[in-house]
Amino acid sequence: MAIFLTKDSRVLVQGMTGAEGTRHTARMLAAGTDVVAGVTPGKGGQAVDFGERRVPVFGSVAEAVAETGADVSVVFVPPRFTRAAVEEAIEAAVPLCVVITEGVPVHDSIRLRALAAGRTRIIGPNCPGLISPGQSSAGIIPADITGAGRIGLVSKSGTLTYQLMYELRDLGFSTCVGIGGDPVVGTTHIDCLQAFQDDPGTDAIVMIGEIGGDAEERAAAHIAAHVTKPVVAYVAGFTAPEGKTMGHAGAIVSGSSGTAQAKKEALEAVGVSVGRTPAETARLLRSLLRGAAS
Amino acid sequence: MDLYEYQAKELFRRHAIPVPPGGVASNPAEARAIAAELATPVVVKAQVKTGGRGKAGGIRPAPGPAAAEEEAARVLGMDIKGHTARSVLVEAATVPFEEYYAAFLVDRAAGGFLAMVSGQGGMDVEEVAATHPEALVRMPVDPLAGVDGRLLAGKAGLPEAAAEVLERLWRAMVAEDALLVEVNPLVCTTDQRIVALDGKVTLDDNAAFRHSWDPPERTGGLEDRARAKGLNYVKLDGAVGVIGNGAGLVMSTLDVVALAGAAPANFLDIGGGASAQVMADGLEIILSDPGVRCVLVNVFGGITACDAVATGIVGALAQLGERGTARPIVVRLDGNNAEAGRRILSDARHPAVRQVHTMDGAAELAARLAAGA
Repeated sequence: MAIFLTKDSRVLVQGMTGAEGTRHTARMLAAGTDVVAGVTPGKGGQAVDFGERRVPVFGSVAEAVAETGADVSVVFVPPRFTRAAVEEAIEAAVPLCVVITEGVPVHDSIRLRALAAGRTRIIGPNCPGLISPGQSSAGIIPADITGAGRIGLVSKSGTLTYQLMYELRDLGFSTCVGIGGDPVVGTTHIDCLQAFQDDPGTDAIVMIGEIGGDAEERAAAHIAAHVTKPVVAYVAGFTAPEGKTMGHAGAIVSGSSGTAQAKKEALEAVGVSVGRTPAETARLLRSLLRGAAS
Repeated sequence: MDLYEYQAKELFRRHAIPVPPGGVASNPAEARAIAAELATPVVVKAQVKTGGRGKAGGIRPAPGPAAAEEEAARVLGMDIKGHTARSVLVEAATVPFEEYYAAFLVDRAAGGFLAMVSGQGGMDVEEVAATHPEALVRMPVDPLAGVDGRLLAGKAGLPEAAAEVLERLWRAMVAEDALLVEVNPLVCTTDQRIVALDGKVTLDDNAAFRHSWDPPERTGGLEDRARAKGLNYVKLDGAVGVIGNGAGLVMSTLDVVALAGAAPANFLDIGGGASAQVMADGLEIILSDPGVRCVLVNVFGGITACDAVATGIVGALAQLGERGTARPIVVRLDGNNAEAGRRILSDARHPAVRQVHTMDGAAELAARLAAGA
């Protein structure tokens, strides 16, 4: 099992004919993803060959959905076109829209969140997407790090996701979700924690956070109330200075709020083990699993 | 990007939000000229991007042009919480009858916008929130429907005349892609006009493509040089220079260096590509920092394979020549094609490069080397 994305997911790629879109569509196909359509306004009727697979291009999401039954969209369009692209996916009632694009204005993300409410789950923006190893990949997470297993992972950071997947590659994952490093994202840590809690294919959860906002603190409260599966966490940014954006638009300590220390303490207060390094986080998960097994 | 008060007020003017007449001066003579033109008592206000200007003596009344010149001379160059006042805003003194607080901001927790309005303005809003929480009205703003100024003003006990100004502030927030618009105080004058006496605005850098904003100020430091090369660099004060791929991994690397007992010298994310040129640019910036005694390159090969990254490092070191040999460079490559990448680096036999295969181990070695051991 998995969350949000399975082997039955039918994926369309908005911006498939662009350089990034083409490159990552090829990788998604190689990972076993059922990529059924590309969407590029003005290029409807064309097709792109990926080795043996020929993926048709449609001029709109609505047409692509009508023709192919796509139920996941992955968005690779530049920031200035992202709002219109995601609005199209929402209007076509695509259940899951994964926005890889970095640099989307916050006003657009908030507007899209509001438009999507109750219709479309947005993951991202500024995220690596999600992968259910051995089943499907929607985004840019490398499929060759590890295979299918029973750990769920949710993270604000792409490379830390890859790092933890690698540390735990012998165990494998049900689904890994990169929710993105922007101040406002469509899917939160809490959404993923709950989905993993409800997923019979997930036994334990790795949660990766970083400085900025209070998503990790709120996730801690949610874990205390609703999550019974073992959770380990890692938080990045203990050494980040106040008032500086650390790469991700949302990664900023403002005054005394959003610090890594506060997040670590909030998580530990509800019994979540927090690793000091990615490697230690992986060790903590292993020992929790051993404890659960004995 | 945070705006100065005078920039925020120019933005307010464009959106028909009343502000006192005035102008910005970068020397005392200009301040005098502005005051002379206004022909009323003025206030001379230090332009710094931090709060607490009043307490620090950065806001001074001046009855006329001569006094404005004197006060400007006093305020210009003043240090307020580490920010130097390089300009002053000279504006007509406005006598408030009542003071309010109004702000629109991004509510990260809710993934939306929040309005915060209070009938008790002029003080530190965090203090109001702590001591009189009932006096601070917080209302989520529907991003699709916008703000109902009358409702908001009514709830917070502001006069009806403030309703229109609140709506204009909201429209300015949307039109300008602001993450924060804050007015403290928003005042009602004795003749019942609503005026924004102060203004704090933060614009969303990601929205620059649809605006004609001025480029960020140059401070002349390494951060400027890095930005010019398109690198994501934050200067810190330690001895271990850090380069990595991906913001999260780099933040994590800084933490692991600190755990190993050293202080990181910087944050530098070279992103997914890690070409020789990007790596050379990154190393060049880091090695320009005289505080750096050792460099730690921490790359996890995800999308980019480690052999490509290793080739990039070798190419970068060839470009840097002797500058690349003065200080040790600890490299940790892991992930996609790690073996091939490590072999490329060992075969290159560069005198400064040492390889460690785990992140924690690499940080420990870098910390030892930075300490001179």
